[in-house]
Amino acid sequence: MAEAAKEAETLIRIEGLYKLFGNNPQKHMPLVHQGKSKDEILAATGHTLGLKDINMTINKGEIFVIMGLSGSGKSTLIRHFNRLIDPTEGVIEVEGTDVMQLGEKSLQNFRRHKMSMVFQRFGLLPHKTVVDNVAYGLSIQGVSKSEGLDKAKEWLETVGLAGYEDQYPAQLSGGQQQRVGLARALCTDAEILLMDEAFSALDPLIRSEMQDQLIELQEKLHKTIIFITHDLDEALRIGDRIAILKDGEMVQQGEPEDILLNPATDYVEAFVRDVNRARALTVETVMKDPAYRITADTIEEALKQMKGFKEDYGYYINDEGYQGVVTEEALQEAYDEDNNAEMTAECCEDLDPISPDAVLETVIPDTLESEYSLPVVDDDGQMTGRLSRSTLAEVLGNEEKPDAEEQQKAS
Amino acid sequence: MAETSWLSEIPQLSRGELRDIRKGLDGIYRDFSREYGETIEALFDPLLAFLVWFEKLLLATPWFLVIAVIAALAWMASRSWKLVLGVVVSFFMIGYFGMWDDTMRTMSIILVCTMMAIALGVPIGIAMARSDRIQSTVTPMLDIMQTMPAFVYLIPVVMLLGIGKIPGVIAVIIYAIPPVIRLTNLGIRLVDKDVLEAATAYGASPIQRLMGVQLPLAMPTIMAGINQTIMMALSMVVIASMIGVKGLGQPVLKSITNQYFTLGLLNGLAIVALAIIFDRVSQAYAKRSQQHMEGLDNG
Ligand SMILES: Nc1ncnc2c1ncn2[C@@H]1O[C@H](COP(=O)(O)OP(=O)(O)OP(=O)(O)O)[C@@H](O)[C@H]1O
Ligand SMILES: [Mg+2]
Repeated sequence: MAEAAKEAETLIRIEGLYKLFGNNPQKHMPLVHQGKSKDEILAATGHTLGLKDINMTINKGEIFVIMGLSGSGKSTLIRHFNRLIDPTEGVIEVEGTDVMQLGEKSLQNFRRHKMSMVFQRFGLLPHKTVVDNVAYGLSIQGVSKSEGLDKAKEWLETVGLAGYEDQYPAQLSGGQQQRVGLARALCTDAEILLMDEAFSALDPLIRSEMQDQLIELQEKLHKTIIFITHDLDEALRIGDRIAILKDGEMVQQGEPEDILLNPATDYVEAFVRDVNRARALTVETVMKDPAYRITADTIEEALKQMKGFKEDYGYYINDEGYQGVVTEEALQEAYDEDNNAEMTAECCEDLDPISPDAVLETVIPDTLESEYSLPVVDDDGQMTGRLSRSTLAEVLGNEEKPDAEEQQKAS
Repeated sequence: MAETSWLSEIPQLSRGELRDIRKGLDGIYRDFSREYGETIEALFDPLLAFLVWFEKLLLATPWFLVIAVIAALAWMASRSWKLVLGVVVSFFMIGYFGMWDDTMRTMSIILVCTMMAIALGVPIGIAMARSDRIQSTVTPMLDIMQTMPAFVYLIPVVMLLGIGKIPGVIAVIIYAIPPVIRLTNLGIRLVDKDVLEAATAYGASPIQRLMGVQLPLAMPTIMAGINQTIMMALSMVVIASMIGVKGLGQPVLKSITNQYFTLGLLNGLAIVALAIIFDRVSQAYAKRSQQHMEGLDNG
């Protein structure tokens, strides 16, 4: 993750973005800068504060999720990316170009080729058939009709709507219309996808199928996706980074684990309370340092290393990486037998390591059954951390049941 | 006396002043029409030629062919046998009672007026929908056109162009064009903002938005406007006949001056029959072409 972040290049940069809805926003901006709240401003001026001092960067190829309660300004924010809404103040840069400086023609071109959008309320053209709707972006670009229709059919198939080509939007269910909207956005091959609650009208089954598809698509085509949702589970599942809005203000942004483990405010905490952490977190995000490593060549040295540990066991690691777990007792026995013996894997007990990418839920049984903390070993065989029962309990622990947590810790 | 009279009587221009104003304005307009009347008339020559040609065509075509063509159009528009039957019977009766030629003349002038009203009205309506300023200047003009008695604006038209077909057409258009303008404006303004926003987000240019989204979605409303325009044009044929437009209006006019009740009634009924046919056919067409938008047609 860290490496990915380092080489990531910024695609979209938002700086000091303000949006005040009303007849004369400029006049009332001073109130906003004085820090008056949304409700105060509405009462005093009749203007609605849509967004307040938003700063963010979105990297190429990531899925950036925007969350927040109804009315918190998510749709308003996403509409600024392709300038469906003009900001009252602030900078919007895409690939280093200031979007605010684009003239009408260049703005059209920008919208045609750089971004495509899925709308919360679908926004399908009711007088065109489903396939024509999907091909709409291409027809706007001036792509030939037959080429557009061929592509549109492919995408309709991808979203599971083959056979509906000649229906009209009004003849489809809400979820089906949503998928037509999705196909329309994908059909233009734009680099950036703006998705405003794109999955909210789908049933759970199709929804998780579409989530998988989206992740797959992003891995294959390296699109940059900005995704709005109400659903934190969804956000955690697909998001590389998450931003949380409240009343037009950004209250926290960061990687999903950050938000889960260190909620910045009560608002965020309320948001994350009901999340199934076991399903949302991976081992890597909660594991402890890879301590208790035995790297000695001889039993004698190994014993010496072990003396320095708090526990009476360690993980034997040689040039080939992690070998197994070894107890002080076993080492002592081997030493008593032969005090010049080489340290080998033979003294070790087998203890299956877990992968850093594993979802917590999947490692709960192993962690609970094992006498030792489980070693976390990556694909190259290197030990990168360890996961103990107490860590697990701490992370998954529920505020309502402090007793159970204590017991687990004590045992 | 002189100081208090304004309390009991509204202040008024003296008779002489009023006469001078009237004379002045009339004089200016008369000079204007003498000067430019012919040039302006010449502008309308192509329209006149088309009108005459179309009328001759309708009159020269055998009656059964005309009925067949109209019945076919009604069928294509409505796909309803009942309507087609009604059309055939109505036209047959019109001919049977000796009103065929007048009906053809009236139909030709109504069709030309309607086409002109659409050609002028739809662009004006579009312009109104795009700009609040244009809307607020055009709306009062439409109000005037709809409430000003037709005879009043017939006067300058006749002064300028004399008596005949062209002034008749102009009078009919002035009277009948407001609905198509108003409803085009309304229809475009009522287009779903979400759909329009989606088109914008995909980079549609203003023209692409107009042709691809706004006009198609406003079409039901525009069709209702066209329908009303046709109705109003038909109701204008009697007045237009006063300035020399031939057709069903002239016998009506004649029967008013001579108190021929039956003649008036028959011609009046022919106008009603035309109105009902135009109305039903255009409505059926509008409905059929919009069906899928409501999702009724699950075929
Ligand atoms: N065109 C507008 N004019 C005035 N106020 C607006 C406009 N659009 C949005 N707002 C206001 O901005 C705020 C944020 O609206 P927005 O649609 O962005 O919310 P949202 O987070 O997308 O909510 P939801 O989850 O319900 O879609 C709301 O208070 C709304 O009243
Ligand atoms: Mg929204």
